[in-house]
Amino acid sequence: MTNKILTIKNLTKIYGDNIVFQNIDLSINEGDTVVIIGPSGTGKSTLLRCINLLTKPNGGQIWLDDEEITSKEVNEDNVRQHIGMVFQNFLLFNHLTALENVKLGLIKVKKLDKTAAEAKAFQELERVGLVDRAHHFPGQLSGGQQQRVAIARALAMDPRIMLFDEPTSALDPELIGEVLEVMRKLSLAGMTMLVVTHEMGFAREVADRIVFMEKGSIVEEGSPEDLFNRPKFQRTREFLWKITELYGKKEQEE
Amino acid sequence: MSDWLNLLIRFFDDFLVGAGVTLELTAIGLVMGFLLGLGLALGKVYGNKPLCWFSTAYIELFRGTPLLVQLFLIYYGLPSLGITLSQTLSAYLALGLNSAAYQAEYLRGAILAIGNTQMTAGRAIGLSRWQTILHIILPQALRLAIPSWSNEPILLLKSTAVVFLIAVQDLMAKAKRAATTTYNPIGSYLAVAVVYLVMVFALNALLKWLERKARIPGFEMEGKKGSL
Repeated sequence: MTNKILTIKNLTKIYGDNIVFQNIDLSINEGDTVVIIGPSGTGKSTLLRCINLLTKPNGGQIWLDDEEITSKEVNEDNVRQHIGMVFQNFLLFNHLTALENVKLGLIKVKKLDKTAAEAKAFQELERVGLVDRAHHFPGQLSGGQQQRVAIARALAMDPRIMLFDEPTSALDPELIGEVLEVMRKLSLAGMTMLVVTHEMGFAREVADRIVFMEKGSIVEEGSPEDLFNRPKFQRTREFLWKITELYGKKEQEE
Repeated sequence: MSDWLNLLIRFFDDFLVGAGVTLELTAIGLVMGFLLGLGLALGKVYGNKPLCWFSTAYIELFRGTPLLVQLFLIYYGLPSLGITLSQTLSAYLALGLNSAAYQAEYLRGAILAIGNTQMTAGRAIGLSRWQTILHIILPQALRLAIPSWSNEPILLLKSTAVVFLIAVQDLMAKAKRAATTTYNPIGSYLAVAVVYLVMVFALNALLKWLERKARIPGFEMEGKKGSL
């Protein structure tokens, strides 16, 4: 029996005359990793921001478990602590150490006492392999380490689902691996994840389902196997061809 | 020269007391201005329309009129509305209200420089808007504001000199007294100029220390000299 964690129906976002995306339907089962791919400017990031209520959609509904989070009576702050979000540019709190970054939400949102929060924060840093950097400030960490702290910060809230918005796009190539490794482990451990990325190797290996988005709508979705080997649409094929031409050679050699 | 030294020695205790009053005026004006200025800055950046409008109007009004006029309005003007304040209280109020307008602008600039992304990051883990402002935005913005805000304590310290006009016994009032007793205005005013200078130097050192103390490791905000 699979349990739907996230259900999106008819979601639409419009900025002025610009339709960012329209009539998006998507659902994610508990424990699944769904990867969204597609050209830039097709509304992938905005879709994630809408799911986290950081941006208000113009129409449609979103359910987290059985609760409709797009309903007016919902307390947004309450919803957000159950949805972890990892950003392209890490967005760590620059004035706090790695440990304090992870701890803050535990103390201020979850109202844990200091000792419990610290223990939990160390546990999350352990998960991303950064206990030895606990007392470093973001400015003293590499991009890859910063992103891993950001993942730990989101995980600390015990979210129902984790959203990743191009988590490796701002990283130097040699730092991408460590972040993907953390995400891979997380996926294996059964975390429900929705990931926007251009890392096709990751998508192929880790995703239970891949969603191809273009020009504000979902063109097709399916297992990595189906999408990569038997794409139904010309547009999907062209995109995959373009992107594997760019990144794929390395993977074939491996 | 020896005349001048004699004057300085004769009035030294008097000047010291005056300097104490000046420092007190500066400190109280600064703290009051900071608290009010912070409120105004937050109102202008995050407030709803009326609050934003009020903050803007306040800042423009108090920056747009001379401190002396504000002081006289409070000390001589308010009694006609039935509010009579003592000289010292009027001085505190004028300095605090005036300083708030300037401090609000320094703080607003720093808050805007921290930007919306930190707000996004805070909200994303479930912090409320106010919690994010309090725990994420302000701790960074206040640090960022220090270099430019450092002007304010120094300007304010020197501005306090106007309060002798409503007979508050600050350093300037003491200088005036020394000048009339000794018939040596140049010597008297030079002497207090030196005292002001010493206070500003000390204040400057304190502010530099504060700036260093508040620095976040690995997060260079002031830009290194000659890095280009």
